[in-house]
Amino acid sequence: MEEEKDVLSSLRAAYPGDVLEAGAPFGDETIVIRPAALPAIMAALRQSPYEFTMLLDLTVVDYPDRPERFEVVYHLLSIPRNRRIRIKLSVPESAPVVASLTGLWKNAEWLEREAFDMFGVRFEGHPYLRRIFMYDGFEGHPLRKDYGLRHRQPRIPLRK
Amino acid sequence: MPGNFITTSFEAMLGWGRKYSLFHYPFITACCGMEYMSAACAHFDIDRFGAGWTRFSPRQADLILVVGTVTQKLAPVLRTVYDQMAEPKWVIAVGACAVSGGIYDNYAVVQGIDQIIPVDIFVPGCPPRPEMILEGLLALQGKIQKEGHDWRWKKKKTS
Repeated sequence: MEEEKDVLSSLRAAYPGDVLEAGAPFGDETIVIRPAALPAIMAALRQSPYEFTMLLDLTVVDYPDRPERFEVVYHLLSIPRNRRIRIKLSVPESAPVVASLTGLWKNAEWLEREAFDMFGVRFEGHPYLRRIFMYDGFEGHPLRKDYGLRHRQPRIPLRK
Repeated sequence: MPGNFITTSFEAMLGWGRKYSLFHYPFITACCGMEYMSAACAHFDIDRFGAGWTRFSPRQADLILVVGTVTQKLAPVLRTVYDQMAEPKWVIAVGACAVSGGIYDNYAVVQGIDQIIPVDIFVPGCPPRPEMILEGLLALQGKIQKEGHDWRWKKKKTS
């Protein structure tokens, strides 16, 4: 029980160059990592001793002013240990590519499709990366900050 | 005058017959459906007005009730369902979302189903109470009664 108390410091020790920040803002344990280290760190978190067996959520935040514009956020839950952790990483607009986690958590398949649909972040290794909410032929990614607020793309010709 | 008979016009008979035998098709996509269910069931009892029979096939329906939010992705489906209905046919848009898009003024939602299919009666409200839905139905019945001889399929062929 002792070692699981400090997930953050053990992660920091195991991946010294890859964990950029670790802290618990507002009581939620959060680490910020380098994108390249995502598969290794997530695979480690999935297994003992952490056992984060459930991928609760996968979202993207758009920060237009940052050089690395898109921040991908993962929320994990460990059912055996009753713990949660948040993992963040940032990717630039020029190459918004993140490794897919479909091999670790099956539900990442739809979550990654949603993130791709809404923000245009691509997930390398995803088996079927296409839009999930918007229809085929929709242009752009509607939750990006530079998508026009009043921009409309009707799918069928509307009545006059 | 001897005998028992009544006089009326063919249009009035036709309108009377049609307005009290509406088979409706519920196209329900959102929370207004709860109000529709309430209106359709025994408490408010839409059957009092002759529209009690729900047909879950547009081909057998006279009236389509579009209840709830219609997204751009759903718009072709709604158009197809409307096209499958046999003439004469009527449309009631129930709820703020179907009427105008409601609070969803965004990239995904059609701003009023009258952009896709012609609408006879708009029932606003978020959601409208069952009484409002029944009032919309009564307004439609009044409209059908007055339509008289002006049949829609004739209108369509000439235009």
